[in-house]
Amino acid sequence: MTAVDLRVAQRPNAPLTTYRYDEYDAAFVRQRVAEFREQVRRRLSGALTEEEFRPFRLMNGLYLQLHAYMLRVAIPYGTLTARQMRQLADIADKWDKGYGHFTTRQNLQYNWPKLVDTPDILEALADVEMHAIQTSGNCIRNVTADHFAGVAVDEIEDPRPTAEFLRQWSSLHPEFSFLPRKFKMAVTGAAHDRAAILVHDIGLRIVRNDDGEIGYQVVVGGGLGRSPFVGKVVGEFVPRHDLLAFLEAIMRVYNRFGRRDNKYKARIKILVHEKGIDEIRAAVENEFAAMDRSVFAHDPNEFERIAGFFAPPPYETLPRDSQLLRAAKLGTPAFANFVDVNVSAHKIPGYAIVTVSLKPIGGVPGDATSDQMRVLADASERFGFGELRVSHEQNIILPHVKQDDLLALWRMLDAAGLATANAGLVSDIISCPGLDYCSLATARSIPIAQAISKRFADMSRQRRIGKLGIKISGCINACGHHHVGAIGILGLEKKGQESYQITLGGDPTFSASIGEILGPGVTAEQTPDVIEHLVDFYLAEREEGEAFIDTWRRLGHARFKDVLRREGEDGADI
Amino acid sequence: MALISEGRFIEDAWRRLADEEALPKAGKVIVSLPRLQHALEVLAPDAALGVIVPNVTDPSALIDALPRLGLISISFPAFSDGRGFSLARLLRRAGFKGELRASGRLVADQYSHAVGCGFDTIEIPDDLAERQDEEQWRAALNVYTMSYQRGYSGRGSILEARRSAARS
Ligand code: HEM
Ligand code: SF4
Repeated sequence: MTAVDLRVAQRPNAPLTTYRYDEYDAAFVRQRVAEFREQVRRRLSGALTEEEFRPFRLMNGLYLQLHAYMLRVAIPYGTLTARQMRQLADIADKWDKGYGHFTTRQNLQYNWPKLVDTPDILEALADVEMHAIQTSGNCIRNVTADHFAGVAVDEIEDPRPTAEFLRQWSSLHPEFSFLPRKFKMAVTGAAHDRAAILVHDIGLRIVRNDDGEIGYQVVVGGGLGRSPFVGKVVGEFVPRHDLLAFLEAIMRVYNRFGRRDNKYKARIKILVHEKGIDEIRAAVENEFAAMDRSVFAHDPNEFERIAGFFAPPPYETLPRDSQLLRAAKLGTPAFANFVDVNVSAHKIPGYAIVTVSLKPIGGVPGDATSDQMRVLADASERFGFGELRVSHEQNIILPHVKQDDLLALWRMLDAAGLATANAGLVSDIISCPGLDYCSLATARSIPIAQAISKRFADMSRQRRIGKLGIKISGCINACGHHHVGAIGILGLEKKGQESYQITLGGDPTFSASIGEILGPGVTAEQTPDVIEHLVDFYLAEREEGEAFIDTWRRLGHARFKDVLRREGEDGADI
Repeated sequence: MALISEGRFIEDAWRRLADEEALPKAGKVIVSLPRLQHALEVLAPDAALGVIVPNVTDPSALIDALPRLGLISISFPAFSDGRGFSLARLLRRAGFKGELRASGRLVADQYSHAVGCGFDTIEIPDDLAERQDEEQWRAALNVYTMSYQRGYSGRGSILEARRSAARS
């Protein structure tokens, strides 16, 4: 029997497309909730000081923000079932203000929970096989993966079994829960990187060697924040049976030698930068050679067991292109726009991948109301085998929709205000919470995203501009990924005034690059003007089919700098 | 100082020797790392000897002494500094069979991490022991029935349990 057959035989009625907890996983998350309930009680009784409590609440996703606590829920590898999405909606209604915020790391944040309620929220999450474990803190964080996993046309292998394998291995790790700093991992199994693996502490790329064997290219030391770095290869081909041992070797080197004297220099990217990748590689290889690897001997079986959960759903046999879809596009132009922009190719004939944008014009990027979450859950059940994904662009994906059903789905989404046809366009902005929520912020970011989005409200103009990523952070920590935005915006504070620094040329994919600073900061009011001028300049200069970043690479930074300089001359002081 | 072993507060059978104190001929004493070489030379080969080391110690500096040591105490400069956990693992891997002790302001919530990495005992200051009593340390050992990792001590491994369930 294959792993998939075995799994179907064992659990005939369980959803087929994602991991399901067994008794051990279920007991583990329940015990985690019970532990946290005790920790909250001991915090309130004074047995734990706030300083002592802090790492434990962080490792359960609970942050102290500007106005209130924030709870960050893990959506491992971005995959959700309809039932889980409904539970997230119910939690938002019961314990929060009726909405949630999808983040760039495949998490969902509630902005207003009360400390005393959080154990009950975690209990409600455990009811649907979810948790908030290690979404924060100096530990191995929620492992992210390509949001088109399992359905992308350019895929070698679905990265989610690997991510689930790592989720379990990293959960409450005895040795690696008090690291110098947080540790983020991402996995992709495709030819195009949609998981930004080169800007993670460890990025894993599933590859096949000359013998056809599957393994991993392991990249280490990427990251954004105040000193951005593109990761470097530490293992060119790590066979699957060695993956955990190899990662454990990296973690041990980092835990022992990562800097702890300055929290701004504590990420592994700084260790790699200061020692050099060759020294780090040698240290990792030495540690790997010294380890007792017999404990990992049964990893391949465990991997197979996990992989069995990620079977494809029961697709119908359909023609490659739907006649119904073609006719519907002709009849309904707004629908045609939606299909052209938000629908991607699926590996199975007759199916499509749909991106539901959480970026309505003038809205808060990544926010969804509880009603919208329920609509999405319903839509996934009616049209997509009950499965949803969260993308790092803060949108929701329906990964398996029949092309024949796209019109009905679009109508349903449109009625709920979820049919904005801007996936990947200039108004599909990634933004961190900024000064509206975050205690570390030096400037607002959401209102800037809203102003830019309104400036480009004309959808036909957006389509003319084409794919263009704008990313905004409200401080140097770079939660909004501004370093890897084709256009990046960083909110700073200068003499009590908000000042926005613009960078161009960032790229989060395999061709990763960190954006270059355009010039002096501009005010909040000027920001949409400057962005508009940059876009207009690109439109005037681009060659047929050329993306913004390619025009920028071809013309050079200086030409774009001139745009800002002209801005300064006409528009007084910048 | 309070000493915790197997979820109970116990009397410490070892004594920490101040650097200016002379080495006694007998009795369980813990010396600092700079004094270790001297202690090894002057004490009888079967005398009980322990050493306290910083958490950044290179394990290879202790390798030769391991068979002679009855106790190694690793100091934790802050409870959130996890280097001691890796050092404990490395010392166990190098074959150390004696008592491995974590010394510092560790909190009860880290107890199972410490046990997992090979520690036997935890030594904490009295003010901490007052807030976090024996009850809390004992409870901390029993929060989880199993863990996902293999090759760490303490609890049973989920992966091993799955394997034996699949076999039967
Ligand atoms: C109040 C809420 C938040 C706080 C206090 C916060 C804090 C931080 C800090 C301090 C860093 C820099 C860490 C470093 O470089 O060592 C960081 C980075 C980051 N945060 Fe946040 N953050 C918050 C919200 C968010 C949100 C909402 C998202 C997703 C939308 C997010 C995603 C990220 C990402 C992706 C990084 C990337 C930088 C990197 O890993 O190199 N954070 N955050
Ligand atoms: S980038 Fe800065 S302002 Fe934005 S969420 Fe992160 S820490 Fe807060």
